[in-house]
Amino acid sequence: MIPEIGHLALWLALGLALILGVLPMVGAWRGREDWMTLARPGAYSLAALVTLAFGCLLASFIGNDFSVLYVAENSNSALPIQYRIAGLWGGHEGSLLLWMEMLCLWMVAVARFSRHLPRPLLSRILSVMGLICVGFLLFMLLTSNPFDRLFPVPADGNDLNPLLQDPGMVVHPPMLYMGYVGFSVAFAFAIAALIGGDLDAVWARWTRPWTTVAWLFLTIGIALGSSWAYYELGWGGWWFWDPVENASLMPWLLGTALIHSLAVTEKRGSFKSWTVLLAILAFSFSLLGTFLVRSGVLSSVHAFATDPRRGLFILAFLTVVIGASFALYAWRAPTVGLGARFALISKETALLANNVLFLVAAGAVLLGTLYPLLLDALGLGKISVGPPYFDSVFMPLMAPTIFLMGIGPLARWKEASVPDLARRLRWAAGVTVVAAVLTGWLAGEVHLVATFGLMMAFWIFTSVATDLWERIRPNGGGLAAVRRQLGTLPRSVLGMLVAHLGVAAFCLGVVMVKTYEVESDVRMAVGDTTTVRGYTFKFNGIRNYEGPNYTAAQAQMDITRNGALVTELKPEKRIYRVQQNPMTEAAISPSLSGDLYVSMGEEVDGGAWIIRVYVKPFVDWIWGGCLLMALGGALSVSDRRYRRKQGGVV
Amino acid sequence: MKTRHKRLLIVALVVLVIGAALALILSAFQSNLVFFFSPSQIASHEAPVGRTFRLGGLVVAGSLKRDGVTVHFDVTDKAQTVPVRYVGILPDLFKEGKGVVAQGKLEDGVFVAKEVLAKHDENYMPPEAAEALKNAAKSNQKMAASLVVDK
Repeated sequence: MIPEIGHLALWLALGLALILGVLPMVGAWRGREDWMTLARPGAYSLAALVTLAFGCLLASFIGNDFSVLYVAENSNSALPIQYRIAGLWGGHEGSLLLWMEMLCLWMVAVARFSRHLPRPLLSRILSVMGLICVGFLLFMLLTSNPFDRLFPVPADGNDLNPLLQDPGMVVHPPMLYMGYVGFSVAFAFAIAALIGGDLDAVWARWTRPWTTVAWLFLTIGIALGSSWAYYELGWGGWWFWDPVENASLMPWLLGTALIHSLAVTEKRGSFKSWTVLLAILAFSFSLLGTFLVRSGVLSSVHAFATDPRRGLFILAFLTVVIGASFALYAWRAPTVGLGARFALISKETALLANNVLFLVAAGAVLLGTLYPLLLDALGLGKISVGPPYFDSVFMPLMAPTIFLMGIGPLARWKEASVPDLARRLRWAAGVTVVAAVLTGWLAGEVHLVATFGLMMAFWIFTSVATDLWERIRPNGGGLAAVRRQLGTLPRSVLGMLVAHLGVAAFCLGVVMVKTYEVESDVRMAVGDTTTVRGYTFKFNGIRNYEGPNYTAAQAQMDITRNGALVTELKPEKRIYRVQQNPMTEAAISPSLSGDLYVSMGEEVDGGAWIIRVYVKPFVDWIWGGCLLMALGGALSVSDRRYRRKQGGVV
Repeated sequence: MKTRHKRLLIVALVVLVIGAALALILSAFQSNLVFFFSPSQIASHEAPVGRTFRLGGLVVAGSLKRDGVTVHFDVTDKAQTVPVRYVGILPDLFKEGKGVVAQGKLEDGVFVAKEVLAKHDENYMPPEAAEALKNAAKSNQKMAASLVVDK
């Protein structure tokens, strides 16, 4: 019964989404107040119906209802409760429902927090979101219904893929989807403003917090996925340039560009048509990512679908959305106007360069991701584009971006002077060079490329420090003055500084781990030791035990340094009973200065195992940096000028 | 400087940056494409020597041999077989008789793999491996057909 209720709720939601997509839009066009008033209650009811469907599927998972095909495929009665819940988004149909649910949450948030917007604008925004709902509900109901029944009912389910039975995987998809789907808000704002012709600095102010929140969720989602790959796949890598990772990176790059160009549009009124284009592009890339991941054109852990109708449907939907919004853009954008002028050397130029670089980076990722697919689709052979391509493209693109990142925040709007900037940043530049060389020397080896990379990281650290110092300089007032200045620092400025510090921490982590990591695969019998970077790893044998739904062989390892015990690590090799798949669980001893990482290969002769031992300096800074970026986003959203009452005055 | 000139200069700079970036991207792209070859193509010397490429097919049952951390196994497309050498830990779902994709170089008739790609699921066949098997099967049929005609 419960699955039928869920299914019915989805159909009703489709009907409601159609009404929401059409009536308020037409109402805004013809000035019909009564039609426009439908927008907010429509959005609330649509969200309620989708949430009902979501709850129904969740109930089927928790209640082990294996008469539902999707539950039977992705769950098992022996599965612990948290993974039964996560099983909901462990497959294609459920993750689409999660996508829908997130879209509805965003829609409710917009309806709730944007009451101060002019009614026609709000009606158009909610209508656009309603139309997106129509597309995804149709997709779900026509090609991927999560509530399909299975007959005869199996005694037990097929279990969740063991790779996904992990706490990180419980949170990663919802975070990532919050980000992906969140760009639909910026998209809806852009489309609504294009239709209504009210594209101005006020529009940018409304769009900014939404974009930032979506971006911060995407940042956390990507970081979670990356750290999951690091500890769960057992290879110790944190980014593989896998097409699915690229699919989430591209919207992130465009979203980052969008955040920066929105700043210019809000403060100076420039770049308006460019900003609108970025808003459209960011959401288009989210859709493209969904297409890549869900259509089955890629082979990876994320590709569930093999039904070609699904790929075709998303492709058609993608074409309609992108085609229609670009047509609208071409038609309406030329009337937008150019905005305030600025000099060649100015904050505007720095931000424009940032935008161009991010866009080119996204384009490079797109080329590397789509080209193999295109060749394959045209029957021209199978090729792949590996990490070396992306590495060799990204480093040269990010170097100028990071250089500008030090200068941009200190440059003045409209017109800045080079000698002035050079004077203000001379200390930062000096400290950067010294710190980079010193760090390399302390790490054991001054390496040319690594020093360059470290310089990028320290350049951000020092320029952020310079920026902060200029803002809170006491001017003779002593410590009290500093404290007062710090108190009056706007949250948005603080957010920017923190986010930029996050980039610095990220760079530091990447450079350190790339340059100074040590990896070693060794054959170890009981009692054997191996020494890596001064750490001695001793293998004390295997302990076998039974988990809730798996059988594990756990290696007992002691790690000592100069004879003193540092830590004990217990990596595992698990066999999950239902699917009989082996799984490697790495054991990691994390610290700020680096991780010790041990994972098990296979058993060889006479109780000996192949053991993989890594020392990964500063690797946690990579994810710590991402968290700082997200924290920066959160800080700037909490800025006073975005609070509702303030916005209402405008 | 007149405003128009400034704008022109900005546009020129943007074009320059994009041009340089494109040149960089395309050259990196050219030198990092990894092509795919099947055991049959290697047997007929179509695969490059000394350049990285991907090999796909089935792991021959009983061919897996260990020598410390070095692993030897054979990959077949059911028409031809190529010996593979790999140093390191094989992915969890590597099994004899199952599909595999390896990336590496050909050295003296042995494929020295730098990377053996993991499958993510028991029943999943890497598309490259599936393709190799399909092509080999096709050419077998053709051969059979031509033999019939010859008679």
